[in-house]
Formats: sequence, C-alpha cells, structure tokens
Amino acid sequence: MLSHPPASAATPHSTFEPRIVAFFCNWCTYLAADLAGTSRMKYAPNIRVVRLMCSGRVDPQFVLNAFAHGADGVFIGGCHPGDCHYQEGNYKALRRYQLLRRVLKEMGIEEERFRLEWISAAEADRVRAAVNDMVEKVRLLGPLNFAVSDQQTELLGAEVVV
Amino acid sequence: MPDKPKVAFYWCASCGGCEEAVVDLAEAILDVAAAVDIVFWPVATDFKRKDVEAMADRSIAATFLNGAIRTSEQEEMARLLRCKSQVLVATGSCSHLGGIPGLANLCTSEAILREVYFESPSTTNPERTLPEREHTHNDHAVELPAFCETVRSLDQVVDVDFYIPGCPPTPRTFRNALQTLLGGQLPPRGSVLAPDRALCDECPRKSSKPEKLTFAQFKRPTNTLIDEQQCLLAQGLVCMGPATRAGCEALCVQGNMPCTGCYGPTSRVRDQGAKILSCIASSIESKEATEIDQVLATIPDPVGTFYRYGLPKSLLRKRRIQEVPHSSLAGR
Repeated sequence: MLSHPPASAATPHSTFEPRIVAFFCNWCTYLAADLAGTSRMKYAPNIRVVRLMCSGRVDPQFVLNAFAHGADGVFIGGCHPGDCHYQEGNYKALRRYQLLRRVLKEMGIEEERFRLEWISAAEADRVRAAVNDMVEKVRLLGPLNFAVSDQQTELLGAEVVV
Repeated sequence: MPDKPKVAFYWCASCGGCEEAVVDLAEAILDVAAAVDIVFWPVATDFKRKDVEAMADRSIAATFLNGAIRTSEQEEMARLLRCKSQVLVATGSCSHLGGIPGLANLCTSEAILREVYFESPSTTNPERTLPEREHTHNDHAVELPAFCETVRSLDQVVDVDFYIPGCPPTPRTFRNALQTLLGGQLPPRGSVLAPDRALCDECPRKSSKPEKLTFAQFKRPTNTLIDEQQCLLAQGLVCMGPATRAGCEALCVQGNMPCTGCYGPTSRVRDQGAKILSCIASSIESKEATEIDQVLATIPDPVGTFYRYGLPKSLLRKRRIQEVPHSSLAGR
C-alpha cells in the first residue's frame, strides 16, 4: 500500500480559515466591494482582493499560480454581460473560466473553489452574499494544500512500496 | 593529441527518440565525434556507471541528459552526472518539461502499477505478481530502483544549465545547440537553446491566420479533412503554435498536423497550457454560458491537449489526490 499522509489530520476544519484570492474588475466589482466597505457591511474577511482593470485581464496563469501557492479558492468578479468597460472583456473572462474550470476539476480542484460572478458597482450586497457563500463552501471542503502536498511529493519521492 | 572536451549522453524516463535525434545529425555526427570525446553514452558505447563514478568531478565538459525523472536510479544518475559535469543540458521535452511520461502525474503511482500489472486487457497475472524492491536469488541479493510518486523534469531534481527543447529536438535544433555550446560564447545560464518567439512566427501558413480568430466548434485531425494551406486554428483545429516556442520549422504543420506544443513555452510564459487555454477559449464565438460549454465539449481532453509535454513543469505539476484514493492495491 502507498502511504498518503492525511492532509486534514493536522488541520481540523473547525479552525480552518480559507484563503481566497479575488480578482475584481476596477469598474464594477471592486467599486461594489468599496461600497460595501463605506456602507459598513460586514462580510467574511477571507478574501485578498487584487484590483484589475477588467475581468478579461485575468490570465489563467494567475488562477493556477494562486492555487499553486496556497490559495484555497479563487474568485473573479466582473461586469454584467453587456456592461464591460472594454466591450468584450467579461465575455473573454467567461469563456476562459468555463474551460479553466474543467482543467481544474481534472487536476483535482473542486468546482466550489473557483467562482465567477457578475457584480455591478451598485451591488455591494452581492459582494457580501457571494463572498460569504464561497467562504462557507470552501470552509466545508477544507484546505486545498496544493503547495504542501507538492513538497510532500518531493520528499516522499522514492518511498513507494508495493 | 590535445585534449578534446569530454561529452556524455544519458537517458532517463524517455522513449529513445532523443538518442535518435543525435544519430539524425547524419554526417554532422562525424564532426561532433571529431570535436569531442564521448566518454559515456549507454545507448551506443560500453561504459558503465562505475566508469562515471571514477571520473573526477567536473571533468565532463557537457552532459546531454534526456528523459524525465521517474525512478530512484534516474535521480541518482542525474545527481552523479551533475557532479561530474561542468555543463548539464536537459535535452528533449521529457527532461525539459516532463514530457509525455509527465502525463502520469494525473495518476498515482499505485494506480499505474495496478493498471500495468493487474488490470490492463493484455495482462495475465494470476499470481498477482508485483515488482519487488529487493530479492534474493541463489544467495545473491538483487534490487530494483524505487518507482517515485511523481514524474519530474530534470531541473526539479538537479540544477540545469541549458535546455534543448523538442520531442525530439530536430537535428537542426540539436546541431545549433551543439555549436553554441562548443563555440565557447555561452548564452546566459538557464537558456533554452532555441529561438525565443512563438511558432506562428515561423509557420509557413502564417499569412492565412485571420486577424480575428473565432471558434464555433473544435475539430480533431482524426475526423477532419485538413486544408493544406490555411492556418490550422482558422480551420477550427487546436494548434498549440501561439503558445509554443519556435525552432522546429513547424514540422508538424508542414506535415498537415497541428502543433502539439513539444518545444514548450517562450521565456515570457510560465505555464504553456494556461496560455493556449486562454487563447483558444477567449476566441470562442458565443457569449452564452451553455453554448460556450457546448463548444468546449468538442475538446475532449483539455489537460492532455494543453499539457501534453509539460504537466510536471506546469504551475500545478500534478493532479491533487484526495486523502481517500478511489481504489487501492488492497485485496491483491
């Protein structure tokens, strides 16, 4: 038998706080998050927001890099269809998201860990609801541990016994 | 006779195609043989590991190592040759990026052994025999290398000075790389010895690539009659050209087949698969989620297509295995 060190044993889910990397469009979701802040809305503090000029700027490499370096989830926020500041950027984001979602699933990353939402600058409440919902779902899944399991692979390299 | 630079060739997890690439130098191999002293090349010459062990450290000018690292023996040889060589060159896709064997990172080593020794349709193994690490026969202890959990590229095991890309490297790529290395003017350490631009740039069909690509569906070479002149992407085929390094002279495209990406990414790209994914997906015509999914469904194996040669060197490197494996070797 091969031994797989149980990843969850050392990190009980009760104390687990998901780390979620969020890529927010400058013209909509980022402003909505800003509005949520100025409106003193409370939501889960588990997201680290990266402001981009457009959801279409989200290179799939950014998403993979986040997962590879310890993110438990990645959230992309863009303008509603038809509202993109640059005409088509959010459609490109949508198409990339749909293909990347398949790749991530095949790489063993659950669908709930990767999310795309259209949130306009006025929809602060949607930021709160979507972030809270995603944090809860990722919390239930537990840590992704992509970075950790990578190291384990290197160390365990030659330990396979059949 | 003045001392010629000593050169070694070695192979790890590979198919032997890169050794062919050396032989494919044809007459030029005579020039190579005249310019260097080949001190180790298990495919062609009778030197043993102990001969390498007896050499002084850094006494080999350059070692060309092809193949990925899958077993403990390959790792040992990589470390040994690193120690004995001034310059270590990762040769071919497997050594450079993990290569085709790297797709095994989608499975556990356990699943691979189970498939190969028990479950494949051509396997008959009623005694359920598996390879043993150690065995004693007539008082002689023999051992087999360990089968590692993942496939790694050479630079994930030891420091690598240069890379020669390709599956296999074309004779021209190999010849140019040799000339660069023997010429004395070494490029910066870590360089890939091939042009640092996308394959589309040297593709004979470049002029037929439309200004704006759009995909209403993706086609596969097996069920499509491919036009011999037009850009393959424009015909709806997944061609890795835009995300792949040039240097092969678009041999596959010249053979009327789409590029599969064996030369790896250019220096400005970290993850080749993510880049072609981005390019292909964003050019889909539809703006409707369900329609987009229907178009994407015509790519049956995205990971195997976009990461055919580079899964171990990609950002994610391997499939994440949940704590509870789907099945196990238990019950054997």
